Amino acid sequence: MAHSPTDAAARVFGRKIELLRLATAGSVDDGKSTLIGRLLVDTKQVFEDQLQHVEEVNKRKGGTGVDLALITDGLKAEREQGITIDVAYRYFSTPRRSFILADTPGHIQYTRNMVTGASTAEVAIILVDARNGILTQTKRHAFISSLLGIPHLIVAVNKMDLVDWSEARFEEIRGEMREWAAKLEVHDIRYLPMSALLGDMVVERGDHMPWYRGPTLLDLLENLETSFDRNLIDFRFPVQYVSRPQTPELHDFRGYMGQIESGAVSVGEEVVHLPSGLTSRVQRIVTYDGDLRSAVTPQSVCITLEDDIDISRGDMLVRPHNVPRIEKEFEATVCWMGETPMDSSRRYHLRHTTSAVRAVVKELRYRIDVDTLHRDESAESLALNEMGRVIVRVQKPVFCDDYSVNRRTGAFILIDDETNQTVGAGMIWKKSSPAPEPEWDF
Amino acid sequence: MRHVRGAGLATNCASLVNGPGYHGPLGLDRGAFVPRPGLREPDRMPNTLTHLQQLEAESIHIFREVAACFRNPVMLWSIGKDSSVLLRLAEKAFHPGPIPFPLLHVDTGMKFPEMYAFRARIAEERGFRLIVEKNEEGMACLPDFSNPARVCAHCSKVLKTEGLLKALSKHGFDAAIGGARREEERSRAKERVFSFRDEFGAWDPKNQRPELWNLYNTRIHEGESIRVFPLSNWTEADIWQYIRQEDIEIVPLYFAAEREVVERSGVLLSAQEKRLLQPGEVPQKVVCRFRTLGCMTCTGAVRSTATTLEEIVAEALTATRSERETRLVDQGAASMEDKKKDGYF
Repeated sequence: MAHSPTDAAARVFGRKIELLRLATAGSVDDGKSTLIGRLLVDTKQVFEDQLQHVEEVNKRKGGTGVDLALITDGLKAEREQGITIDVAYRYFSTPRRSFILADTPGHIQYTRNMVTGASTAEVAIILVDARNGILTQTKRHAFISSLLGIPHLIVAVNKMDLVDWSEARFEEIRGEMREWAAKLEVHDIRYLPMSALLGDMVVERGDHMPWYRGPTLLDLLENLETSFDRNLIDFRFPVQYVSRPQTPELHDFRGYMGQIESGAVSVGEEVVHLPSGLTSRVQRIVTYDGDLRSAVTPQSVCITLEDDIDISRGDMLVRPHNVPRIEKEFEATVCWMGETPMDSSRRYHLRHTTSAVRAVVKELRYRIDVDTLHRDESAESLALNEMGRVIVRVQKPVFCDDYSVNRRTGAFILIDDETNQTVGAGMIWKKSSPAPEPEWDF
Repeated sequence: MRHVRGAGLATNCASLVNGPGYHGPLGLDRGAFVPRPGLREPDRMPNTLTHLQQLEAESIHIFREVAACFRNPVMLWSIGKDSSVLLRLAEKAFHPGPIPFPLLHVDTGMKFPEMYAFRARIAEERGFRLIVEKNEEGMACLPDFSNPARVCAHCSKVLKTEGLLKALSKHGFDAAIGGARREEERSRAKERVFSFRDEFGAWDPKNQRPELWNLYNTRIHEGESIRVFPLSNWTEADIWQYIRQEDIEIVPLYFAAEREVVERSGVLLSAQEKRLLQPGEVPQKVVCRFRTLGCMTCTGAVRSTATTLEEIVAEALTATRSERETRLVDQGAASMEDKKKDGYF
């Protein structure tokens, strides 16, 4: 197939493709950096000068050729120490989809980093070293992906070249993981064998595993059905910014700007304002490109209403008969990210959708050991990288949904009032119901 | 080995491997939308946004967050193509109102004349508030032009970075919006969308605030500031596609024309500023264009006959060298990382 430059331009300008957000999880030696390097190189995202640079670095370190793992090496400090310290974002695309990949380091501060990368991901790729099989860390990564509500998991059994491309080994690992993962909240889990180093089943099929008839990793990423993942039912519009230009021609204009977090809205529809409970109708959906008749998540729009209601940032527009929970106290799973442990006597600043309120963590119900997934009800606090189930009390009610049905209105962050550091990430769960995670045993 | 960059170019994609009728492992034709039971589909409502619509929505959300959460924000306007996209997104974010903050151009005095002309015209046409700041002290102590490397270093460190920091503190800006993209450079890949800067304007890559969902931590103490990058998740291909889709005007230097240049260390430098010419360098006329725009001292052109957006994009996407390579100033390991620690954008 020929690629003339004009074809290239026509394809770029003509393309109508989707965005897919991925997160990769893996530990030190499971080949994650090699996999990402392989994806980038084989989908032609890497420039010659970048490859040359990597080759030179490798030569200085005594290696030869292009070490794929070095392509994604980021900061100088990291290269010196041979580790990665932070989430890095990578980009690649195919004619079907454009991918944003959150590359989360596996060792240092893994929980904090992985939770961050997973928070926006639609697909998680979990790497397993075929020699080692399912390890505690594999389960930990799967658990965090499930907790963060990632709808699709891909368990990539890597380094098949080191187990003689053995189908039996692959089936053994798949069987073990399948049994364990039945308890997860994730309903779409795929398994595939591959060798990131040699490229088999990443972008190219390679010729070492004729026994595997499923899709390659890229096939899978390009074709995963994601249109059902979005919540298109519950209209939630947190008001982000109130537009009152007060220019001569827009003297009385009052528009409510924000991003539709879920659901859809049309002109003429009745909406309810929270917290007041007053109702009105959508008069216009204003955008730079002209008014819309209707809009859908995740569009950023400006809505005007037929009636004058006092509305400010942090308020929410929803639909009658489909309102979120209105809570001053709620239960949540929190991942602690602060250097100082969680302190129930301390006041935090809570950000939830566009609202900002003071908050206290009233009670720690239990700590979840992310390695064994056992609950420790005797725990008194959460330290950096620890997770637990808490009860949060806020100064003003928040308009929230369960995280399992709405990732946008079920999520919040906690900010330390003194240092302004982001110290916690939380997911709201139903109150007083049995805990959503099953009891885990290992 | 030929490296074709960007979307739509991989020769080994699923549809090609599996043939044109291949609809993926699920056997679903992804063109058809299957509505959820019980969901009323409003007339002609787009049920799936394209990647550009999604990126646009995310960027607009970021702009509004800045306007809502900061006392005195500003948007950096470098006059390049990414800045042009940034400007359009800012207009979209606040439509029908005006952009509720000023634009700032940190001028090194060494930009191309075409860039100054573009700046003046666009500012007048669009009617936003434009602040131009120059580091006058830094400009007074320019090194001798006989040493171009020193001029570049001075330009980048003193005129750009210090000039920026001075301008930010002079006006008391607490948030500065810039057009940097994560895909551009290795240290940028780890940058937050809302990136904290201490009272010295410095970036600490090892101590960044975690950033989750679309919940941004905008809280700072007096004297500290946040750099905001609404284009974080855009790639170069996205930028070009958006420029074309939205019909966004860019500086003519991006298009090929016959220009007077000198060739130095393999880079074509503009010969418009005669002071920059070194002994023995004779300007020649070359049909060329600029892939990135910066100062005349350090921004090189490439030989090209691309005079339309289609041709430029064809070049950009089949390029084998990354765009920053034409900038003398970006060569050298970890240079961007070091500059950012000093306060560079």
